[in-house]
Amino acid sequence: MKIAVTAQGPDLDAAVDPRFGRAAYFLLVDTETMDFSLMENEASQAAGGAGVSAAQAVIDAGAEAVLTGNCGPNAFRTLKAGGVSVYTGVSGTVREAIEGYVAGRFSPDAGANVQSHHGTEPQE
Amino acid sequence: MNGLRTIAVASGKGGTGKTTVATNLAVLLARQGHAVQYIDGDVEAPNGHIFLRPDITHSRCVTVPVPTVDSSRCTGCGRCGQICQFKAIVPVKSSVLTFEQLCHSCGGCLRVCPVQAIEEKPLDIGRVDIGRTDGPDFVQGTLRIGSVRSVALIRAVRTHAADRGVVILDAPPGTSCPVIAAVRGVDFVLLVTEPTPFGLHDLKLAAAMVRHLGLAHGVVINRSGLADEATEMFCRGEGIEILARIPDDRRIAETYSNGGLILDVAPNLGDIFSALARRLLA
Repeated sequence: MKIAVTAQGPDLDAAVDPRFGRAAYFLLVDTETMDFSLMENEASQAAGGAGVSAAQAVIDAGAEAVLTGNCGPNAFRTLKAGGVSVYTGVSGTVREAIEGYVAGRFSPDAGANVQSHHGTEPQE
Repeated sequence: MNGLRTIAVASGKGGTGKTTVATNLAVLLARQGHAVQYIDGDVEAPNGHIFLRPDITHSRCVTVPVPTVDSSRCTGCGRCGQICQFKAIVPVKSSVLTFEQLCHSCGGCLRVCPVQAIEEKPLDIGRVDIGRTDGPDFVQGTLRIGSVRSVALIRAVRTHAADRGVVILDAPPGTSCPVIAAVRGVDFVLLVTEPTPFGLHDLKLAAAMVRHLGLAHGVVINRSGLADEATEMFCRGEGIEILARIPDDRRIAETYSNGGLILDVAPNLGDIFSALARRLLA
């Protein structure tokens, strides 16, 4: 199964990016083999609509689920329309996130967990 | 006076005294017998009414068009999503999502849809209130909380501008899109500043903005007497005339704080505003 993880760096040892729409990268990971491909998030610097753009890119890449820290309402709505499960509140490295996902430690689709523009504000 | 003269009152920095200058100038011109209209274009925080105390005679809701999709007609061709530059309409698999708050109401999606599956519906962005005072006529716009469409609302407010006499247009602070919408095409922009490093910093931005727009402009220094030299030096260097200095005076601050007009607080204030009015209408 192919899932997308928001990442601050370009490999499995990078930290999960807490932002979805403004994430630096998406790692598209095959959960069985841990093979991955790197996708830069072209929406990360967009003036507006970053969440929607990022969601479209993830849908077009064929991901079935997203692991991320936070997801706003526009991105969440777009991902759900694309049939993608959304797991928020994920942290640590990308590798740890995948392992947690495979072990069934996360539950999906609680809804958007932050307001629009959350990822453009200074992070705590 | 014949014809129409529109004077915008703007500033880079907020809180420099735009509304103080705009309301007092409007009242003074009305006392002098001019037909005057005060327009509060600071739609995110309109507060000129505090000083002018108008009777609102009518109000209207302002809407902008946003798309709505008839999914039974949609063929999923995706052209609406391709033309939209703001991700306000997004085809995803078998459905088309719309995001009203991202829409700029360009109408592009309607035009490219080959099967007329998209219609426009009105989105409420705020209201315009129109009223009277003893002196100036009164118009204000108020943006609906949560709406981001201040430019569209300011344009709607300006459609109520008088076609004769003097229009005093109280602009929002800053130098971005709402301000541009408020000042574009006016006859003169009064830039109100205060003699502080913050006031001067933002005056420089505002002066660059009005110059870029090709608008005639001059400066009013509010709370003058604190440390005017840097502001004066900037204006001299840029060839910008300082049209009035409102002194830093406790009586003015107290009157303002009580929602009063400062014209009558001290005799020289009436003279200061009269001299300003003469320069603006010359």
